Amino acid sequence: MTERSGVEVRLENLVRRYGTVTALDGLSLTIAPGELVALLGPSGCGKTTALRLLAGLEEADGGRVVIAGKDVTGLPTSRRNVGMVFQAYSLFPHMVAWENVAFGLQMRKVGAAERKKRALEALELVGLGRVANRYANQMSGGQQQRVALARALAIRPQVLLLDEPLSALDAKVRARLRDEIRRIQLEVGITTLFVTHDQEEALAIADRVGVMQSGRLEQLGPPTLVYTRPATPFVAEFVGLTNRLAGTVKGGAVEVRGVRLPLVQPDIADGPATALVRPEAVSLASRADAEEGPLVGAVLTVAFLGAVSRVTVDLGDTTVLAQMPTSAASQYPAGTKVRLELRSDPVLIQREEPVATAS
Amino acid sequence: MTAAGNPAVATSAGRPLAGGRRLSLDWLGAVPFLAYVGLFLLLPSAIVGFGAFFNADSTFTLENFGHLSRSYVVRATIDTTVISAVTALAGAALGALLAYAIVTGSPNGLLRRLVVSASGVLAQFGGVTLAFAFIASIGPAGFVYLFAQAHGLDYYAHGIWLFERSGLGLVYLYFQIPLMVLVFLPALDGIKPQWREATESLGGNTWHYWRHIAGPILFPSFLGAALLLFANAFSAYATAQALINQGQPMLSQQIAGALSSEVGAVEPGFAKAIAIEMIVIVTLVTVLYSLLQRRTSRWL
Ligand SMILES: Nc1ncnc2c1ncn2[C@@H]1O[C@H](COP(=O)(O)OP(=O)(O)OP(=O)(O)O)[C@@H](O)[C@H]1O
Ligand SMILES: [Mg+2]
Repeated sequence: MTERSGVEVRLENLVRRYGTVTALDGLSLTIAPGELVALLGPSGCGKTTALRLLAGLEEADGGRVVIAGKDVTGLPTSRRNVGMVFQAYSLFPHMVAWENVAFGLQMRKVGAAERKKRALEALELVGLGRVANRYANQMSGGQQQRVALARALAIRPQVLLLDEPLSALDAKVRARLRDEIRRIQLEVGITTLFVTHDQEEALAIADRVGVMQSGRLEQLGPPTLVYTRPATPFVAEFVGLTNRLAGTVKGGAVEVRGVRLPLVQPDIADGPATALVRPEAVSLASRADAEEGPLVGAVLTVAFLGAVSRVTVDLGDTTVLAQMPTSAASQYPAGTKVRLELRSDPVLIQREEPVATAS
Repeated sequence: MTAAGNPAVATSAGRPLAGGRRLSLDWLGAVPFLAYVGLFLLLPSAIVGFGAFFNADSTFTLENFGHLSRSYVVRATIDTTVISAVTALAGAALGALLAYAIVTGSPNGLLRRLVVSASGVLAQFGGVTLAFAFIASIGPAGFVYLFAQAHGLDYYAHGIWLFERSGLGLVYLYFQIPLMVLVFLPALDGIKPQWREATESLGGNTWHYWRHIAGPILFPSFLGAALLLFANAFSAYATAQALINQGQPMLSQQIAGALSSEVGAVEPGFAKAIAIEMIVIVTLVTVLYSLLQRRTSRWL
């Protein structure tokens, strides 16, 4: 049996077309041994396709898949030694939980007694030892997905692949199971690709997040970096909320409503541009009953999100989102006149002509 | 860490749980159904069953059942059962293949819609029309036969089998296969593509998938559908009567014969006894089916 954890996975320049649709357009991605990479992107950007190519469920029109230094591009799924967890309904309905988990071991010719023992161990690992004798239709969605995880792990695969495993679950179960998947992944130390369209999920679970668009990787980096230093306007807009403010680039900085902000991209030509500013970089400075100016406006709405609140301010020609602790936001009920302050974090610039993208 | 789901209530056998036992009025909803079954199924069966014990003079007798041992009734019993079983199994197998071909295509494709609506019509196709269609095409004066014969293929060289039991079986397949397509499609639609992909990722190949996953999941539906086909052929009358009017190989024809005897007396009590025999056979097959299904769901 192969080593359970810590192999490197490389996707090299993968191309996949469906008729005229190019689902993957030269995707390259290296996952370090034991690392969890989350692929994040809008619907149809090719996340599932990438995962299925890695699993061998689809054939590549170009490029290579390399697992643990071995080119597996031509190998069928059954010989790639990957564990898969699907979106939903993937448990075999005519087998109880432990039989589901034992199935992969049966395929590997493990003896009946050993099979059951290891299946029960795997169920213990996901905290479900007590539902070992239940059928899928006797389990909650969250339990089913955990059994599916146990089934994928029981064969001690080299790579774990999860395609939106939490998207059929309700929010609370989703968050808990997400953390649990991460705990188990770390415990087992298995190289993992996790596909999701939920940015919060991706940021919370991954060592690195890969943001995809139109079959390509826009940015790959640790969650904090992807969030605070998005490489492209697309990433900035897709991950987290962003204010789009008109401004002028001049001399290596952008002037937005009278404030000069540093640039993320250093080589932007001078001229009019749209600056992308995070809500967290906007604060409400003061009550400004008497003031006038480009950053003075009235509070439109206050959205309470728990510890933080999001305040929408009407500046006349545009609205701006500001995010702050709820205690701070509570001083500015709707209608209050306020002056905004922009923190001088580096900002991304978006122009009509496409900005050079990193890949 | 465990989910805060409902407390564990797994049954010892691990089978899906039946509903709880408490006083409820749920059964009220079943009243129209039960009334329907009582009026149109149980009542006629009771009348037939009761009548089988009386002779023409309305005196009690077991004679009608004694007549069941007449050689032509025994012969018809065997023929009917064999023809029904063979056309049920062949129809189920071919129909299942056809249904499978349909579901592997696109779910709203033209092929699927075409086959489903055609099956809807053909499954009801029977009687004189169906028999005539066969006689006119592949019958001894039919254009297909004449064409084949002209090209050296004389498929009636060893007798005109179309008007015998094998011919009847062929004609029955004509509605058995479409019926199978209709009743088996939903079961095939319930098969999730993820099951196959999960099997592959767990190291299984196509054979493993059919042997351990799709086969066992589909088998009970297949058996149930085959049983329906058996009953369908077993009770068919008009098609057999239109195709074969000598020898009357089917029990349903024997009932008709006993009710309108050209040779001897009309024997309504005897007809009822044959009907009881048919009910008993179908019941036996149903019991066999449920036993088999229970066993296989444990094996597979
Ligand atoms: N079997 C297929 N036949 C034709 N086109 C396909 C097929 N599978 C995927 N595509 C197309 O390829 C593109 C990428 O699909 P993919 O499923 O990888 O997207 P995704 O990022 O997983 O989206 P989602 O978040 O909706 O699951 C889409 O445009 C999709 O329509
Ligand atoms: Mg997808």
